[in-house]
Amino acid sequence: MSTTALAPHDTPETAGRHAAGQRVTFPRVVHMEWIKLRSLRSTIYTLAITVALVVGFGLLLSSVVGSGEGPGQDDFGDPTSISLGGVTLAALAISVLGVLMSAGEYATGTIRATLSAVPARLPVLWGKVVVFAAVSFVLMFIAALGAFLAGQSVLSSRDMATAALSDPGVFRALVGAAVYLTGAGLIGLAVGALLRNTAGAITLVVGALFVVPGLIQLLPSSWNDAIGPYLPSNAGNSFMAVQTTGDALSPGAGLAVFAGYIVVLLAGAAVLLKRRDA
Amino acid sequence: MIEVDNLSKRYGDKLAVDALSFTVRSGVVTGFLGPNGAGKSTTMRMIMGLDRPSSGTTRINSRPYEQHKAPLQEIGALLEAKAIHPGRSAYHHLVALAASNGIGKRRVLEVIDMVGLTEVARKRAGGFSLGMGQRLGIASALLGDPQVVMLDEPVNGLDPEGVLWIRNLLKDLADRGRTVFVSSHLMSEMALIAEDLIVIGRGRLLSAGPLADFVAQSSGRSVRVRSPQAAHLRDLLVGDGVSVTSSEPGVLDVQGLDAAEIGERAAASGLVLHELSLQEASLEEAFMELTRDAVEYHATTAEFATTGGTNR
Repeated sequence: MSTTALAPHDTPETAGRHAAGQRVTFPRVVHMEWIKLRSLRSTIYTLAITVALVVGFGLLLSSVVGSGEGPGQDDFGDPTSISLGGVTLAALAISVLGVLMSAGEYATGTIRATLSAVPARLPVLWGKVVVFAAVSFVLMFIAALGAFLAGQSVLSSRDMATAALSDPGVFRALVGAAVYLTGAGLIGLAVGALLRNTAGAITLVVGALFVVPGLIQLLPSSWNDAIGPYLPSNAGNSFMAVQTTGDALSPGAGLAVFAGYIVVLLAGAAVLLKRRDA
Repeated sequence: MIEVDNLSKRYGDKLAVDALSFTVRSGVVTGFLGPNGAGKSTTMRMIMGLDRPSSGTTRINSRPYEQHKAPLQEIGALLEAKAIHPGRSAYHHLVALAASNGIGKRRVLEVIDMVGLTEVARKRAGGFSLGMGQRLGIASALLGDPQVVMLDEPVNGLDPEGVLWIRNLLKDLADRGRTVFVSSHLMSEMALIAEDLIVIGRGRLLSAGPLADFVAQSSGRSVRVRSPQAAHLRDLLVGDGVSVTSSEPGVLDVQGLDAAEIGERAAASGLVLHELSLQEASLEEAFMELTRDAVEYHATTAEFATTGGTNR
């Protein structure tokens, strides 16, 4: 076996050269990243946890809102946002998954094998982005839809105001939730690629998405009003909300700002990936 | 073929690789030798395009590695054992790498079989021993059936059977016209498999060429003579271009005369010989001599005493 398998036809110059169709193409790099994603239990678990948080937390909120315990109805703009109440927490889980997908390769040394197979480097980053975005968007949209339908039926059973999928802005809010979760994951992926350190990247992303918005509210209100709407989490909330409230950005502007963060971080990751020692 | 041209790599104020130039030809096993910290691994990482050179170039089969359309068919490398996610199976690790180059699952199963990992290929790699990790690294190096195979310390962690297997594999690849480039700090291993030798120390090239020349050029050969009449024999042998030393009573180490000449002179004078043997300078000795001044980490107690606690 070990001798016959090496090469059937060898001369120094022609041996095994470019056997039929063997070369690197972008779809093949995407395929590689897809295999890597699905062959790890940790990614499957993290995705499952994210879905469970979106649906489970949405159900929980729908069951307790306005019951005298937990948050009151006034804390939410409308019935849709009650059932999507788990998205904020789920973003934590999925941004960690994004970090693991990039920084995790550095922690384990897999990146050296990956870049040896694809020495052009950049296709690896874009391949991760494509695979992550596709898997995440599909799963998160299903989760958001599930959370909405289940949440509204719970609200309805409690004789509270409900929303229908056909109501204005509702479908956009569900798509928005999937976009926000996917974007949070991509921010994690980009920061993980920039820092190449799992713990550092998770700390930074969690800080930026979850801690900074709270801290900003402690600032004088003129500052808060000027900066607050442009934070990634608040920009994301503006296109997840059925109705735009207060000083939040419009859905379109919110999406543009949110996408801006992702593009800048990924561009930085691409430049450094190309330049640095692996 | 691997071509390294005026290659340098600087980490901070330390020059890890210093204006290194050499060519590794196809069809033979080329050993890459140097003391710890000489820059072997850094050089290999730059050849693979993983580390960016501070200056200079490396080319594989006449092109920089990253310009190849089918990289895994050009070069396969083992640079560190266990460059794999501990939660992923060896099979999925290899299938993923193969997929990027359009290499089928059949070849993946073939290389897994070749390195003897079939039974554990579906298990999570986190539980692999160093030797198994090494075999997995070799499997991934062979994945694309490449023209050039480059292995950094491949026998580390392998059992004797594995070492023998690697030796045969490398010779087999070289016989098939492939370029085989293997680093080691074990001279004895190189003596067994390498035909060409590239020696570096402190990032600089010390020697490049056929292994036989390398040994011949070094301090050279001597003949060991054991005789009960050693003192008498010594007088008989010393002369122009001949030096005789003695490491123990009754034993002479003669340089400058071959064994036949010594035997004939002894017989002519009726002297008794108990031993007459050619002592070839081992690769080990040749290497030590060459790198004596280029060793990065001398294990001398004096140095410990002067640098202890300062953690340079």
